[in-house]
Amino acid sequence: MPSLSYGQATRDAMSVVMRMDERVIVLGEDIRWGGSFGQYGGLHAEFGDRVIDMPISEPIIVGTCIGAAATGMRPVASMSFVEFTMSAMDEIVNQAAKFRYMFGGQGALPLVLRAADGVIRSAGAQHSESLEALFAHVPGLKVVAPSNPYDAKGLLIAAIADDNPVIFLENKRIQPLKGEVPEGYYEVPLGEAAVRREGRDVTILAYSVQAVNALEACDRLAAEGIDAELVDLRTIVPLDFDAIVASVRKTRHVVVCHEAWTAGGVGAEIAARLQETLFGELDAPVLRVGAVNAHIPFAPVLERAVVPATDEIVETVRRAVGRTSLAPV
Amino acid sequence: MQEHEVNATVDPLDPPSEDRLPGPETLLSMYRTMVRIRLFEERVLTDYLARKLPGITHSYIGEEAVATGACAALEPIDYITSTHRGHGHAIAKGVELRRMMAELYGKATGTCGGRGGSMHIADFKVRMLGANGIVGGGFGIAAGAALSATFRGASEVTLCFFGDGATNKGQFHEALNFASVRRLPVVYLCENNRYGQYTAFERVTSITDLASRASAYGIPGATVDGDNVLSVYVAVREAVSRARQGDGPSLIVAETYRFQGHMVGDGEPYRSRDEVAERKRRDPIPRFERWLADRGLLDDSTRQSVTDAAATEVEDAVRFAIESPDPDPATVEQDLFADTRASWSVV
Repeated sequence: MPSLSYGQATRDAMSVVMRMDERVIVLGEDIRWGGSFGQYGGLHAEFGDRVIDMPISEPIIVGTCIGAAATGMRPVASMSFVEFTMSAMDEIVNQAAKFRYMFGGQGALPLVLRAADGVIRSAGAQHSESLEALFAHVPGLKVVAPSNPYDAKGLLIAAIADDNPVIFLENKRIQPLKGEVPEGYYEVPLGEAAVRREGRDVTILAYSVQAVNALEACDRLAAEGIDAELVDLRTIVPLDFDAIVASVRKTRHVVVCHEAWTAGGVGAEIAARLQETLFGELDAPVLRVGAVNAHIPFAPVLERAVVPATDEIVETVRRAVGRTSLAPV
Repeated sequence: MQEHEVNATVDPLDPPSEDRLPGPETLLSMYRTMVRIRLFEERVLTDYLARKLPGITHSYIGEEAVATGACAALEPIDYITSTHRGHGHAIAKGVELRRMMAELYGKATGTCGGRGGSMHIADFKVRMLGANGIVGGGFGIAAGAALSATFRGASEVTLCFFGDGATNKGQFHEALNFASVRRLPVVYLCENNRYGQYTAFERVTSITDLASRASAYGIPGATVDGDNVLSVYVAVREAVSRARQGDGPSLIVAETYRFQGHMVGDGEPYRSRDEVAERKRRDPIPRFERWLADRGLLDDSTRQSVTDAAATEVEDAVRFAIESPDPDPATVEQDLFADTRASWSVV
């Protein structure tokens, strides 16, 4: 089985699907050039005019996807950095998310918006964010955040096969990570979490880059005698709440991890649902690991002070299982 | 409908050369469409003011020539996108009055099953891709439908209706640029009804000749008398034919006037009664009646029968709406997402 980076795996997904189905087109800024992480490399050479360089007009990139999807195409847009999608939030929230529901269930809107998120090497406040909670808050959008090359390919194929608008978030720091990726067509279904490590003491819920950090945290915690279970959510909408409940029923302790801000984040939603569903079965409060409530600053020491990494996950799990005081340090 | 005399008090139509006009049957059908829009909108206005309808509505009265002339220049395979003032576009593109009225009443039988309302009437069966409550919401969607046609090898053209207010949104400029770069089969049709919401367009717009903005994007731009259904027809027909031949997009500005306020209940303190009265002399319906009558295409009895038939159709639509069931609250979470992969198959 070939070993591909995360970026190469998504490129492979595009290629597989574009060979299968002529309705799949890909459009975005600088798309023929191939993308910063090779996500679109070589596609133009193979698929020609189906790979479309767009003007730096995010509203029209997304608007075009909507019109094309509503009339029989299956567009995939490269939105570059996730912050750039903010220019098109009108099209995403007011049009794409509402299109089917508002019009009474007419038609389908099979489109995928791919965007790179997360901090990387001091890119600053407008090229470093994780904004999945904004999309997850709006009914009618699916939100995907893979953590490894295998999932990146399988989830991207599933996203393109889906008949709804999907926001596909690709963390920048894990783009070079390599992994075994099967050739050809396979899907990782949207809405299915994966248990990465089984454990008895505590459930760590994570996705995207924090699922990678959390796995590292699990090893360190094991050395301290804490047996953590890691559930990689993989998709935020739809959320595999059954998998979450199954794990939490077993461990009775939960830590939710993401790189996005803690305030108003996906972790807050999961914590709320857990206390509504499993209040009597929790032995400790649900704790969260996320960015502190500040924009992503430039200086490396400041950037590190805002965004959590493995250390914060380890520390928070210790508090969750009572190894240290519950109060934040 | 208010009584319109076929007389000399209305401004005459200044018709384009007659060899570019459709045959008598189409001309009469266009007249019928204008009357149907007018009567539908008058009834909607009455029912809103009587608080029989929930929500708000934006009346198309006075602008009938634009939707009618434009849609008469399209083929059934062609798409349109519409605006918050979209009832006229929907009727002209062929949406049934019954289902439209039921939607306004918030009924299960409405075009959107009661999910949309006045600002979101859509009927994909007749390729009406939706009225849109966001000013300028259709620019990109129309470009996308047009791009789609180029990939599918279809000869469809997409026509995007929008108002003068939308020409100051970034999407207008971005869409015209993109459509021009790709030579997309799309027609951008501006209905300049002189007001964007409650503000005169001159007050917030850098130029008065909106069609001249086309030159910034290297596409043809034309201004037409939007109260003259024939001028609209001829200009759109030409743009549609250019688009269908692969010669790219056009911008057409139809100068017209909103007889009603921005929305029902608007007291209109921002414009004078004299201005409104003056513009009503250009009412597109009596002007077209007179033109048809002068050519022997419309006599009093035909005029009466068209009006009676439209009145009956509107009355029937209201009855249908009132008698239709409410949507079931238990379905409120349905249709958020399509059943995945209905249109996908693994080869």
